[in-house]
Amino acid sequence: MEVSAPLIKNILLLDSEGKRVAVKYFSDDWPNLASKLAFEKSVFTKTQRISARAEAEIGMFDGYVVVYKFISDLHFYVTGGDDENELILATVLQGFFDAVAILLSNVEKKTVLENLDLVLLCLDEIVDGGIILECDANVIAARVAMRGAEADVPLSEQTISQALATAKEHLARNWVL
Amino acid sequence: MAQLQPVGKKDDDREDDSEYSPFYGIEKGAVLQEARVFNDPQLDARRCAQVITKLLYLLNQGETFTKTEATEVFFAVTKLFQSKDIGLRRMVYLIIKEISPSADEVIIVTSSLMKDMNSKTDLYRANAIRVLCRITDGGLLGQIERYLKQAVVDKNPVVSSAALVSGFHLLQSNPDIVKRWSNEVQEAVQSKASLVQFHALALLHQIRQNDRLAVSKLVTSLTRGTVRSPLAQCLLIRYTSQVIEESSANPQSGDRPFYDYLEGCLRHKAEMVIFEAARAITELSGVTSRELTPAITVLQLFLSSSKPVMRFAAVRTLNKVAMTHPPAVMNCNIDMESLISDQNRSIATLAITTLLKTGNESSVDRLMKQITNFMLDIADEFKIVVVEAIRSLCLKFPQKYRILMNFLSNILREEGGFEYKKAIVESILILIREIPEAKESGLSHLCEFIEDCEFTYLSTQILHLLGNEGPRTADPSKYIRYIYNRVVLENATVRASAVSALAKFGAAVESLQPRILVLIRRCLYDNDDEVRDRATLYLNYLNGGGNEAHSKTFLFTSLDVPLVNLESSLLSYDASERRFDMSAVPREMKHQPMLEKKTPASKKAAKEAGQKAFANGHLTSSASDAYEKLLNSFPEFSGFGKLFKSSPLVELTEAETEYSVNAVKHIYPQYVVLQFNCTNTIKEQLLDDVSVVVDTSEAEDFIQVASRKLSSMPYGAPGQAFVAFQKTEGRLCVGKFSNILKFRVKEVDPNTGDCDDEGYEDEYQLEELEVTAADYVLKTVVTNFRGAWDAINAENEMVDEYGIGVRESLQEAVQAVITILGMQPCEGTESVSSNARSHTCLLAGQFIGGAQVLVRLQFGIDAQKQVAMKLTVRSDDPEVCAQIHEIIGSA
Repeated sequence: MEVSAPLIKNILLLDSEGKRVAVKYFSDDWPNLASKLAFEKSVFTKTQRISARAEAEIGMFDGYVVVYKFISDLHFYVTGGDDENELILATVLQGFFDAVAILLSNVEKKTVLENLDLVLLCLDEIVDGGIILECDANVIAARVAMRGAEADVPLSEQTISQALATAKEHLARNWVL
Repeated sequence: MAQLQPVGKKDDDREDDSEYSPFYGIEKGAVLQEARVFNDPQLDARRCAQVITKLLYLLNQGETFTKTEATEVFFAVTKLFQSKDIGLRRMVYLIIKEISPSADEVIIVTSSLMKDMNSKTDLYRANAIRVLCRITDGGLLGQIERYLKQAVVDKNPVVSSAALVSGFHLLQSNPDIVKRWSNEVQEAVQSKASLVQFHALALLHQIRQNDRLAVSKLVTSLTRGTVRSPLAQCLLIRYTSQVIEESSANPQSGDRPFYDYLEGCLRHKAEMVIFEAARAITELSGVTSRELTPAITVLQLFLSSSKPVMRFAAVRTLNKVAMTHPPAVMNCNIDMESLISDQNRSIATLAITTLLKTGNESSVDRLMKQITNFMLDIADEFKIVVVEAIRSLCLKFPQKYRILMNFLSNILREEGGFEYKKAIVESILILIREIPEAKESGLSHLCEFIEDCEFTYLSTQILHLLGNEGPRTADPSKYIRYIYNRVVLENATVRASAVSALAKFGAAVESLQPRILVLIRRCLYDNDDEVRDRATLYLNYLNGGGNEAHSKTFLFTSLDVPLVNLESSLLSYDASERRFDMSAVPREMKHQPMLEKKTPASKKAAKEAGQKAFANGHLTSSASDAYEKLLNSFPEFSGFGKLFKSSPLVELTEAETEYSVNAVKHIYPQYVVLQFNCTNTIKEQLLDDVSVVVDTSEAEDFIQVASRKLSSMPYGAPGQAFVAFQKTEGRLCVGKFSNILKFRVKEVDPNTGDCDDEGYEDEYQLEELEVTAADYVLKTVVTNFRGAWDAINAENEMVDEYGIGVRESLQEAVQAVITILGMQPCEGTESVSSNARSHTCLLAGQFIGGAQVLVRLQFGIDAQKQVAMKLTVRSDDPEVCAQIHEIIGSA
């Protein structure tokens, strides 16, 4: 019998029409773009009419456990294998969701796209090759913002406000194309 | 580059696009051009970071870069290490990982990354480690190993975690290097940082996973200590259940090692740990109801949580438990019922199917009312799950067939896709086969359904069944109209099936024959070849073209050769030579070569399916038909008479051994045939002359009369060997057979497929196989137990009382007796309500020789958990009553 650490198959951030905003796959279960898009479409269609705003919702889709949470025009999904501990998946989802909320002034598609670098870094800090790297939203946000990069203060001792300050600073730089 | 317009100011060409995106109109070519800024002598860090974001956006949207494009971007990006800008550096790390440069390119960044690995900035170090380990190859790893080892025990958790997680990935490709870090990893397990502990434990286990003793030691020491991180605790629970699974429990004392640890985790403060532990307990093999209780209690609390994820997790786990231990879940029924109206339909469906598994007979009506409302607003995939649950419920409570059959026919009339309709039709077909009383009503429901059925596959299936079953009903003529309507209204495939069905009525019911002949004659002018051919053929048969018996066998028996074999024989048949000889078609089943190594998930599914089949108790009649056909095709066994019963599969080897063997016991009135299904799982070997040598020193009532070898067994293709025994007459023969697999091994080169000619003899010890009294009893479904009981002369009743000794619960005692007798529990009496002091259980079966036997078991348990049982047996054959008592008396 093989025992594995909890593995995250993918993290998806889709918009209110099911289009990709930012996605990250950690598994070879979907070998090409077509199969990835098919999975996203299937999950989106099956969840779009569900109100997953107050609490994270959950379902079994195509043999995977998917937890999801929506806010404004954004749909957050975390996928695990069919025998994964559902509560662990939910913790990862919450970590991602909250970290994005800490980093962005306003969680909606527009702001996410304007700060796509932060969201992509967020994904990078949450899971590494399927293994959960960190799921505490404050720590994730702080690492994304490189708070403490120069100081010797351990990250865990940082506060939300510090992280927020960095995020605001980032926003203030006003994205230029 | 123009400045970005402020938000809200609209550009002309995106007037229709209500959504605003900074990436509007982005194009790969243009972005690649922009990437030239990376080469500027005066780097604009902010602008570079934006270009990287755009590149990442393109990749994220599914765009791909050609080899040249990727190389160009990569080389340009390496220049950016000159910049000291923190934000830019993070993006550089990210894009290097996304582009994943080729081995010869990696060299360029190695020195920059190694510099960052020794930086004073911890986040640089952490990220540099992750990037370097992701893109590096084995050679370079040697150079940085020293740094990585140190990083594992770094005081900053972000560095330590980065090294540990990277080690976890590297273990696949460079196990030797990572294994040298064991001491550091072990130290990191004691880290105060929660995630570091988690990563360290995962890596340590991964390093030691092939060393059972080491894993067991790890679990022993950590379960005593305090693992603080909830995620690490979840890991430890997984590893612990693995150790439990592999260590042989002490069945006498009933104490399972580490159970106390799992139970303690049920009181952990983190919900994910509580759930992980509860789930682990429910999945213990051979879990007892005492062990289950605390886990079920916490899962029950989860059921009323405000969080959908917790409700889902709990109900999904309980649903699985209900398959094997329905009584354990019954306490949750009230909470389950309130979940039927859950907003989340996945939860509601799981709740319903759980209830259907645990419900007792009296609750069926109420449950069905709730489900009817529920079915209206769920998707087809959920409906199929419900239909399957209803089918098993109906088999469990055959008296309720009326309400359940009505339910099925109602939903059959409603809208639905093919898979859903197929599930319903198949359920009705099974019910018709298993419950004789349900036949007539089932058939008329199906007749109505095909009047308006858009699925050819289903129509033909139903027509086939009507042809076989219809003639044997009280009023066969009423089906003719439905069938003939198909001939008038449907497509060619359905018309052809309808003609065949009509012909069966004509052959089996003499009074209908003239009318049938008229109908079939009309089909002679059909515009489809197949329909016309069938009509001509059947007319010929029915008009006395062959004798009556012959035409009946032709119509009603299916081909006795596997279709695949027939097909290949026909393909190789040359029409010019001589007539095709049906008897020359091989009858032995050729199995598909074994598929690629099963994934753990599918193995688990197979295990569950096995448990499910076991829970259902009896093989479907189609499986036993197939066995009978197979056995009759061998001259050695064809004279043994009618096959009475075939047992479920018994595994004779442990999982994942060189040769996998399981066995089926086929019981005949005077004989027993053991069928050994053998699979060779070694690619490098071909086995010849495979036979099973059976030692009957502990089964003296059996005399070996025949055996059948398997001439050749290549890798992955299962084959069967048989041994047949004659039983001593006049007694119930039981005994233990010890078995040895004998064969000649020939080495095979898996690449070329060449094998050496000589080979050598070898043998392989299999586990023992036991024939017990239960093998001589067939489970039968009795719809009206009371009626059947009264129908048997009360003089043929034998009563006696037995002490069963101390038992954990009444449920356990009931289950034990059912297993010994191998009979079918009736009216759901196999489940004991919790805390009951007494219980009555009703069993039905058929004893070898054909006599029906009914059993009433009355149990009582006292304060000291002493269980007493009164056994009342009725059967038409008084001999059988005595034998049942003997079985219990000697058990």
